[in-house]
Amino acid sequence: MSLQTTGGAAGAPPSEQTVRRPRRPGRGADGPDHDARGPRGSRLGSHLFLLALVLYFITPLWWLVVGSTKSNSGLFASSSSPLWFADDFAFVDNVQQLWTYQGGIYFTWLGNSFFYALAAGVGATILALFAGYGFAKYRFRGRNAAFALLLGSVMVPLTALVIPTFVLLAEMDLVNTRWAVILPSLLSPLGVYLVRVYTQDVVPDEMLDAARVDGAGELRLFFQVALPLLRPAIVTVLLLTVVATWNNYFLALTMVRSPELLPITVGLAQWQALSSGGAGGETLWNLVVTGAFLSIIPLVVAFLALQRYWQGGLALGAIK
Amino acid sequence: MVTTTTRAGERRAVRAPVKPRPGRIERNRQWWGWVFLAPFAVVFLVLLVAPLAYAFWMSLRTSTLAAGESFTGLANYQRAFTDPLFLQGLGRVCLFVVVMVPIQLGVALLAALVLDTLTTRLSRFSRLMIFVPYAVPAMIGALMWGFLYSPRFGPATDLFGLVGATAPDFLAPGTVFGSLVNIVTWQWSGYYMIILYAALRGIDPSLYEAARIDGASGRQIALRIKVPMISAALVMVVVFSLIGTLQFFTEPSILRNVAAGSIPVHYTPNMYAHGLAFSYQQFNYAATISFALGVIVFAFSYLFLFLTRKRSGLNS
Repeated sequence: MSLQTTGGAAGAPPSEQTVRRPRRPGRGADGPDHDARGPRGSRLGSHLFLLALVLYFITPLWWLVVGSTKSNSGLFASSSSPLWFADDFAFVDNVQQLWTYQGGIYFTWLGNSFFYALAAGVGATILALFAGYGFAKYRFRGRNAAFALLLGSVMVPLTALVIPTFVLLAEMDLVNTRWAVILPSLLSPLGVYLVRVYTQDVVPDEMLDAARVDGAGELRLFFQVALPLLRPAIVTVLLLTVVATWNNYFLALTMVRSPELLPITVGLAQWQALSSGGAGGETLWNLVVTGAFLSIIPLVVAFLALQRYWQGGLALGAIK
Repeated sequence: MVTTTTRAGERRAVRAPVKPRPGRIERNRQWWGWVFLAPFAVVFLVLLVAPLAYAFWMSLRTSTLAAGESFTGLANYQRAFTDPLFLQGLGRVCLFVVVMVPIQLGVALLAALVLDTLTTRLSRFSRLMIFVPYAVPAMIGALMWGFLYSPRFGPATDLFGLVGATAPDFLAPGTVFGSLVNIVTWQWSGYYMIILYAALRGIDPSLYEAARIDGASGRQIALRIKVPMISAALVMVVVFSLIGTLQFFTEPSILRNVAAGSIPVHYTPNMYAHGLAFSYQQFNYAATISFALGVIVFAFSYLFLFLTRKRSGLNS
C-alpha cells in the first residue's frame, strides 16, 4: 500500500496533453481575469459553498454547546428553540450535578479516557518508531516478507479482532482491567508504515554512516541522529493513535465491565441508554449533554492549538 | 504491492556506488533491523496474529451444554452463510458502502478542491471547521445526531415548521438508513478532506501555470490535472472508508438507544457478533462471524487496491 505521488504523477501526462490541445494564441488575453485563484464570480460561489459546509459541520456542535446550558426540563421545553439558549442558564448546575452524581463517576471516566489514550498513544508511537526505522534503514533477511505482512495487516479490520482478543485475554485473566483496553490499542501498522516512509525521506544513509565512522553504536544512531529528524512523524503518529484510542468505543465496551474502569465514550452511552429506557429509567439527559460537551473540549482544543503540526502530518501517508 | 520504483531506486542508491557486495560486518549490522522490529513484532504476533488464529480455531468448534466443546469443522461457516440475520447485516453494510463511500469521497474532494483554490481567512476557518468532527468521538457524534433527529429534542420540527412542512421521522425504520449515512458523512468527511487537501498542496503549481497559458479553465485544471495527480490519496481514502464502513458498529448501536424499533440488534455483522458473544454466550459462533467479516473486509480492500493499482501507483 505504498502510496506515492510518483504513482499519481503517472496519470498526469495524458491529462496534460488533453488540456494542451485546445491551444489558441488569442486566449492569452483572458489571462488577467483568471488569476491564481480563479475568476471572481466563482470565488464568491466557492465561499458560499464553504459557508454552507461550515454550517452543516458546526450545527451539531452548536446544539451541544446550547444544550449543555439547559436543565433537564429545558431540553424538552418548546418555549426555547433547540438551537438557542433558554432563559435559565443551567450550565453551572449541570456541571455540579456531574460532579456529584454517583460520586462524580463522570470525572473518573474522563480520567480513564485520558489515561488510556496517553498510555496507548505513547506506547504505540514508540513501537512504530522503532519498527518503522528498522524497516527503513536496514536490509535484514525477511524484511520484504515482514513488510508485506505489515501492509496486509493495515487491511485487517481491527474490530474483527475484538471478540477473539477478549476470549484470549479472558484466559489470561486480563479482561476487565486497564490492560485489556491499552494492550490491543498498541497495535498501529499504519503508524509503522508512516514512520518508515518518513524515515526514508529525511534520514540520509550518509549521515548514519558518518556517525558510524565516528564510532556511534546502532542504538545511539537511532536516538541521537534519527530521532531528532523524525519529530513531525512522531507528532503525527502520536496524534493518530491518541485519537484512535480516545474515540474507541467497541473495544472498551467489550473489554471492561466495572464502572470505575470505563472510558467516557462507554460511560456516556450507558447513561444515554438508561435515560431512553422509558418510564422506569432515570432521565439524565442534561448530564449526558453536558458530559458530552465537556468531554470533547480537550481534543477539539488540542487540534485547534496544534494545527501547525497535524495539517501537514496527517496527510503524510497520502503524499508520500 | 509495494512500489518497486522507490524500492529499486533506493536500493541502487544504497548499493551501487558504495559497496556492491556487503561484507560480513555489514551483514551482521543488518540484523539490527530485527532488533528494532522486535518490540512491534511481539505486539503484532500477540495481538493480531494470535487472536486471528484463535478466532479461526474457535470457529471450527462448537460448544453445547450437553457435550461441551467439540470439533465441528466448517459447520459454523455453513451456519453463518445460511444465517439470514448475518446475511442481512452483511447486505446492509455493503449497501452502506455503495451509498456512503461515494458521498463521503464526493464531499471531501469537492471541499478540498475548493479550499485549494482559496487562500482567504474564511477558507482557512472553513478548513478547520470541516475537520473538527474528526476530534469528536464517533460515539458522541452519533449521540448528538440522535438528539437532533429526535422529535422531542431536535430542531427539525421548528425548521420544517418555518416552511410550513411537517418534519419527517428521522428514526423510523425507512429513514434510519439515511440518518446513519448523514452521521458518518458528518463524522469522517473532514478527515478525508484534509488528506486530499494536503495531497493537492503537494502538487507543483507550475503545472497549473502551464495549463492556464494553454487556455485551461479552472474546472479543467481541477478535473484533468488535480484529480489525477492525487489519485493515490483518493485510493487511500476509499480504502479507509471501505474498511470503516464494513465494520460499522458504534453509530448504529448508539442510535439504537433512541430508536430501538428501527435498528435491530443484528443490524450490522459486528453488532450481531457482539450480541451473540455477550447476550447469548455463543463465543464460537461470534468468532466465526468476526473471522468471516475480517476475511471479507480484507478481500474487498485487497480487490479494490488490485483493481486501482495503476491509478494509485501500486505496482504488484
